[in-house]
Amino acid sequence: MTVIERIRQYVTGSVAVPVEDDSDIFELGLVDSLFGLQLVSFVEQEFAISVDGDDLDIANFCSITALSEFVTAKRGEGK
Amino acid sequence: MIVNRVGVVGAGLMGRGVAQALAQAGIEVVLVDVATAILDEARRSIGYALKSAALFDPQLRAGHGAVLARIETTTDYGALGQVDFVIENTTEEWPVKEEVYRQLARSCRPGCILAANTSAISIARIAAATPDPSLVIGMHFMNPVPQKPVVEVIRSPATSDATAAVAQALVERLGKRAIVVGDSPGFVTNRILMLTINEAIAVVEEGVASARDLDDIFVGCFSHAMGPLATADLIGLDTILRSLNVLRESFDDPKFDARPLLRQMVESGRLGRKSGSGFFDYDIRNSGR
Repeated sequence: MTVIERIRQYVTGSVAVPVEDDSDIFELGLVDSLFGLQLVSFVEQEFAISVDGDDLDIANFCSITALSEFVTAKRGEGK
Repeated sequence: MIVNRVGVVGAGLMGRGVAQALAQAGIEVVLVDVATAILDEARRSIGYALKSAALFDPQLRAGHGAVLARIETTTDYGALGQVDFVIENTTEEWPVKEEVYRQLARSCRPGCILAANTSAISIARIAAATPDPSLVIGMHFMNPVPQKPVVEVIRSPATSDATAAVAQALVERLGKRAIVVGDSPGFVTNRILMLTINEAIAVVEEGVASARDLDDIFVGCFSHAMGPLATADLIGLDTILRSLNVLRESFDDPKFDARPLLRQMVESGRLGRKSGSGFFDYDIRNSGR
């Protein structure tokens, strides 16, 4: 499964309604505060990356597309 | 009295949330549990929760490590000799709590306030197990603690005005509002909520409605943020069962008899969000808690 496919699976599995890749999942009120709490641990554990400092920006986490671009870039850094 | 260090006893879901909320308010925390493994897991999950909070709070981006550093974890009750205030979050079973309060009596210094974060056990009963009932109060936090704006604070007849004032001031330092209620089993929140959840389970059990439809009715018709069964999954079905059992015993009223379906789910390990499934399914990998 590609990065975006896994993220799409995770996000759509956590929200009850269909989500477009570019939808802002926080702005739409699609997710509750618990989902927000779990997102960083999901990303770090699933993709074996460390998220810290300025990377902890909602802009990196707000949509399926944004998250997948962020994860792909972070993994690139480590190589 | 200004509270500078708070002891948090029990590092489960509630204890972790309470410790995090205190540390975020700049208060030093001593987090105590019987098992090192639970404490390690607590530290890891609070670390993740703080990082997630940093997404919405730029100050935490660089500062989450410092907040986590305010939480000391230990299996030694003796460390509670250095605190002014203890918030106890152990499991809702009287024999467990009774033993914890016996330990607290040995470990805490005179004058230390003991707040029980219980959802069902009467504060007077807890107070009676301590050397000075005037120092005992109830502080019923909701999950997830850092996000919830209100704490149900419970005064027993023995709770002193000074104890109540310190507890209320502490709640306010967490940026929350304390609503003070009288001491009755289940207080306001759980006496009503547990009965509602139990009846919702009966409706599903009898096939009157599906879990999804039942919850959608509460959300759509009454503008509740979440339905009773999603709420039950969030609280944890084992906790729901224990709370019902305490209410049943305390009021001696069969209306609190836990439904067979609830018992079955708990026995089979379907405990709600924390186990990955309850009345609804959750992606377990998203837990991190």
